[in-house]
Amino acid sequence: MSSGTILSGAEIVIKALRDQGVDTIFGYPGGAVLPIYDALFKQNQIKHILVRHEQAAVHAAEGYARSSGKVGVVLVTSGPGATNAVTGLVDALMDSIPIVCLTGQVPTHLIGNDAFQECDTTGITRPATKHNYLVKDVNNLARTLHEAFYVAKNGRPGPVVIDIPKDVQFADGVYRTPGESQPKSYRPQVKPDLNKVEEAVEMLANAKRPIFYVGGGVINAGPVASQLLTQLVRMTGYPCTTTLMGLGAYPAHDQQWLGMLGMHGTYEANLAMHGCDLMVCVGARFDDRVTGKVSEFSPNSKKIHIDIDPSNINKNVRVDLPIVGDAAYVLEDMIRIWKARNKRADQAALKSWWDQIAVWRSKDCLKYEKTDKVIKPQYALERLRAAIQGRDDVFISTEVGQHQMWAAQFLPFNKPNRWLTSGGLGTMGYGLPAAIGAQIANPGALCIDVAGEASIQMNIQEMSTALQYRLPVKVFILNNQWMGMVRQWQELLHGSRYSESYSEALPDFVKLADAFGGVGLRATKVSEVDDVIAEMIATPRAVIVDMCVDQKENCFPMIPGGKAHNEMLLGPADKVSEATPEEGMVLV
Amino acid sequence: MTQDTSIRRHTISVLVDNEPGVLARVIGLFSGRGYNIESLTVAEIDAGDSLSRITVVTSGTPMIIEQIKVQLDRLVPVHKVKDLTLEGPFIEREMALVKVVANGEKRVESLRIGDVFKARVVDATINSFVFEITGTAEDLNRFIDLMQQLGEVDISRTGAAALSRGTSTL
Repeated sequence: MSSGTILSGAEIVIKALRDQGVDTIFGYPGGAVLPIYDALFKQNQIKHILVRHEQAAVHAAEGYARSSGKVGVVLVTSGPGATNAVTGLVDALMDSIPIVCLTGQVPTHLIGNDAFQECDTTGITRPATKHNYLVKDVNNLARTLHEAFYVAKNGRPGPVVIDIPKDVQFADGVYRTPGESQPKSYRPQVKPDLNKVEEAVEMLANAKRPIFYVGGGVINAGPVASQLLTQLVRMTGYPCTTTLMGLGAYPAHDQQWLGMLGMHGTYEANLAMHGCDLMVCVGARFDDRVTGKVSEFSPNSKKIHIDIDPSNINKNVRVDLPIVGDAAYVLEDMIRIWKARNKRADQAALKSWWDQIAVWRSKDCLKYEKTDKVIKPQYALERLRAAIQGRDDVFISTEVGQHQMWAAQFLPFNKPNRWLTSGGLGTMGYGLPAAIGAQIANPGALCIDVAGEASIQMNIQEMSTALQYRLPVKVFILNNQWMGMVRQWQELLHGSRYSESYSEALPDFVKLADAFGGVGLRATKVSEVDDVIAEMIATPRAVIVDMCVDQKENCFPMIPGGKAHNEMLLGPADKVSEATPEEGMVLV
Repeated sequence: MTQDTSIRRHTISVLVDNEPGVLARVIGLFSGRGYNIESLTVAEIDAGDSLSRITVVTSGTPMIIEQIKVQLDRLVPVHKVKDLTLEGPFIEREMALVKVVANGEKRVESLRIGDVFKARVVDATINSFVFEITGTAEDLNRFIDLMQQLGEVDISRTGAAALSRGTSTL
């Protein structure tokens, strides 16, 4: 079938998806997308995964996209189908995940009439997407679909919505191939200004206390960017820390990695950020979870900021040398120029910098009380880490809360695209659908959703999806019967008045797994942890593990809201140095 | 590092695809991120290529103004963003229709002031005039101030249209 062929709108959708290389879509049918579902029925090249809630369709597509590097595709109906998808869209927007979401719409002549299952989808999703379209003419449909894929994956990736009225799906129109159209105005800069890269190399070579601060942009730039980053960090011998989104961009087993930075980052990473004289930010955005108190953030450093999105530069923190470009191109140029100029780090300065870092490291900030009386959540994750050590095919997703931070602290990420977490939006209910998406993109891999007992209930219905497609995803619940992070903040800021943060009337997760047709396992004693983990991994079906952990444990280290990097709390014995000021209280 | 926190007024010219929703995108960006709009005008300027020019007058610290420009620039239908205030001399004009309801000496005075400001009378009754005046925002403010002292006033302003001086085009 060539360009210029006449097809129905619904057939154009399928044809365009095929021409974009799509093999899987996540969706839920409804009145306004029936023609597209009919066209799906008549073909067998694109596999449709039926989720149980549209929010989960988008999260599953995110998990698929993040673990495969491809664009995730979603198909939902009008009205509630579209509004349910909004949380997923904003999640993808905040974390820069390429998604194309097709929404059905009431026929064009009914738009604006408050028709059944009508909503202003483009209006509602305008601030929830990188871009969106309403296609009113079937002859524009193919071009719009191809443009949507271009926009979703080029520049800083993000979600794109295409709203397609039902009459447009029925109407006949001309099909156009991807090569025939490109957007007129959207041309993101990917190659850097070389003069600036040269300047960056000079700054890098002259630094006494340098640090690389690496974010999810390096992962979005593809596996090659992670390799280049690793090469540059090793060539210079400088320390490297990654954000929550950047985990896996630099191998976690490497000595030059200081761990994650930020609110629950390591002592050594945060103090190195505070004390450095040169910060090289690659694909990160100086988020409030990373900077702490902005006015006291890394006060004595020069800052280089490499980002593909110019709007990230000088947004929260003033930088000295901004470089706009794709991380892979910029890192490649930096390495080339560093080599060509025979640059070498100041070895004496570097040694004393590493000596200082060793002192910070010796605090062993992730240490926790070892006990055989109760399962510490950190212990459960350490045992999980031991069980997956050395495996290359492990994908970890999370929900949001204490378990998420512990997973980030205790699990090893040595390669990109293996860590799927909702960083920007902080969406509870993200992890299970994301694990489903990752499992579909990586059949045979071990996909584990590290969850809390509260978060998991936000999209628990997706167990049904996992069973329908025989996906052996593992839900690893650290069950402390509290919304742990909410409780931790109530302890810190609200006089331990635990308003509504206790998980009352919990389901029996083992029976719940059974009811869905999966396998439920439970550990209540330290001695059971290893066996349960081993059985979970060995079970070739969907599993829910109910890991009954210490109810009182809190997540440390921690930078309280409104505090600087050098004001970390290392454990429950540390008290906030002074009453948290109001400006800190209002921060979330 | 010391930061310039002084708030300045900037006139920003934005070339966009003339497509449904483009104005909503721009306005949504300003409201969603808490930026200020003093005035905003939009009209198609090239029917062939279907391009419109949006002229926004806004105010903020240098850091905010920089953010406004890069945020505008990353909207997909935006072709070009130009900070006229920053990029050299430019012309800014606004048009207003000003109705003045007054009698006797005050009515005559409004006509004299209109003359001084080179405003045109576009409607007249025994008790009122409607003036059409074009100028900078400050010219219009001064004119309206004077008219308000003479009688009851009703005003419709267009917001600023602006272009850079010299040969450069957007």
